[in-house]
Amino acid sequence: MQSYVQIENASMVFDTKKGKFTALTDIDLHVDQGEFIALIGHSGCGKSTLLNLVAGLLDATDGVLLLANKEIKGPGPERGVVFQNHSLLPWLTAFENVYLAVEKVFGGSETKAQLKARTSAALELVGLTHAAAKLPGEISGGMKQRVGIARALAMEPKVLLMDEPFGALDALTRAHLQDELLKIVAATKSTVIMVTHDVDEAVLLSDRIVMMTNGPAATIGEILTVDLPRPRDRLQLAHDPKYHDLRSQVLEFLYSRQMRPKEAA
Amino acid sequence: MSAVNATPENLGEILSGTDIARVPSVAPKRRTPYFETASGKRLIESTVNLFKNAIPPLLGIVLFVALWALVANSGKSIPGPSETWAAAVELFSDPFYDNGPNDKGIGWNILNSLYRVGIGFGAAAAVGIPLGFMIGRFDFLSRMLSPIISILRPVSPLAWLPIGLLVLQKAEPASIWVIFISSIWPMVLNTAAGVQRIPQDYLNVARVLNLSEFKVFSKILFPAVLPYVLTGVRLAIGVAWLVIVAAEMLTGGVGIGFWVWDEWNNLNVAHIIIAIFVVGIVGLLLEQALMLLAKRFSYD
Repeated sequence: MQSYVQIENASMVFDTKKGKFTALTDIDLHVDQGEFIALIGHSGCGKSTLLNLVAGLLDATDGVLLLANKEIKGPGPERGVVFQNHSLLPWLTAFENVYLAVEKVFGGSETKAQLKARTSAALELVGLTHAAAKLPGEISGGMKQRVGIARALAMEPKVLLMDEPFGALDALTRAHLQDELLKIVAATKSTVIMVTHDVDEAVLLSDRIVMMTNGPAATIGEILTVDLPRPRDRLQLAHDPKYHDLRSQVLEFLYSRQMRPKEAA
Repeated sequence: MSAVNATPENLGEILSGTDIARVPSVAPKRRTPYFETASGKRLIESTVNLFKNAIPPLLGIVLFVALWALVANSGKSIPGPSETWAAAVELFSDPFYDNGPNDKGIGWNILNSLYRVGIGFGAAAAVGIPLGFMIGRFDFLSRMLSPIISILRPVSPLAWLPIGLLVLQKAEPASIWVIFISSIWPMVLNTAAGVQRIPQDYLNVARVLNLSEFKVFSKILFPAVLPYVLTGVRLAIGVAWLVIVAAEMLTGGVGIGFWVWDEWNNLNVAHIIIAIFVVGIVGLLLEQALMLLAKRFSYD
């Protein structure tokens, strides 16, 4: 069976002032349709770089990336991106931020009323109908991130790419948004690739956890299949020995086999 | 406790025993005086704040006027504050009289200067802001124009006047030309800097959404750069207003700059001092108006 997202032998070399810097090498990854993949690793291991390759914001130095058997050349609206720091345009309201994306993707084929309905539906999905008319500066960090998710979802992307979407949020807000994301993904059957540095988040949300070795020249160290049944409930999982076993496998990889590199003094 | 940590500040309290003897006493029933109610306290607080905020600037102005009176008294060549005030009242009682080309009211002079600044500055904005956008967007253009701008920018505005007189043949367009050339640089440079400093996040959004060039400009570039443009505009209007006085002194015609020169020839020093205040106040008003505009478009 053909994979939905195929990454074949990809590598990424940056030209810096100090010469060439190899960020990623020999990346092979196949993602099936509807699968939820978590990319985890220490900071600087190139997990965001890998995500940006799939997003098309970066071009791989070597290797091939395919989405539904078509080569990825540059960014496109079929890959919705949720950025780490929400990246909302501060001069547009929550509604207008989402509408900008909706208009771009569906503006050619739908009426204005339909576009507005889509935008409202996306905001309703993330529970922000009441904040539609607010500017990003007037809402909390968690709400901003939800607008970012609504913007990505409203485009009905083939793949949802998330770069540490909840990294900047407090623990309670993060847990709340993780639960919402679980529901949304179950409802929309989206294919998701998510970068995270949170072991619990990875185990709770994903079908497979891709663990990356430390950079430079990082690659995929191990892939762990999370065969916990869905729908998942955070409270039940807390008492599930299988959950703890998976969690300790990831911790084992991160802290014993890939010790955090000593920070240069 | 407080006895151990006796300081000059709490010594009085310790000695009087108020920190120990807080026995609730039975107070006689009475109506709360107005100044002890919440609204009364707020009134006192806002009055105190008003005075606190107003005292430093008022004191500055009073000291300045006193110093001026002192200098005027000792020298006799400079008219003092009261003399100048009387002249100003007379002048502003009829600001729009017209007794031929060399004798017009102060209002006409100010309006004429503002008109020249408006034309020169408007032309500079029309050329400078788009140019700044292009310099910020295209690195090649930036490196191509950077040496020329670096050389031309520090040139004194009045050095451009002879070129203007030579090419344009007339005084009026020549002074507008000087305003144009001296106020264009802050707008070009600030706009270009604003375009270069647009956060990468916003441009990534544009790339991911695959927005058209028009949408990128109207939804991302323009709003993101607007605060920088307005800073450039504010600096430029300051320069333009500075330069107009000097340019009009040299070119003549109706205008506040020429009026200063004319009053110097009439040896009417009080009017010159009035002109200095007028130029300062109009400049301040222009700047404040643009600050208000900039506040409207700030999203931080």
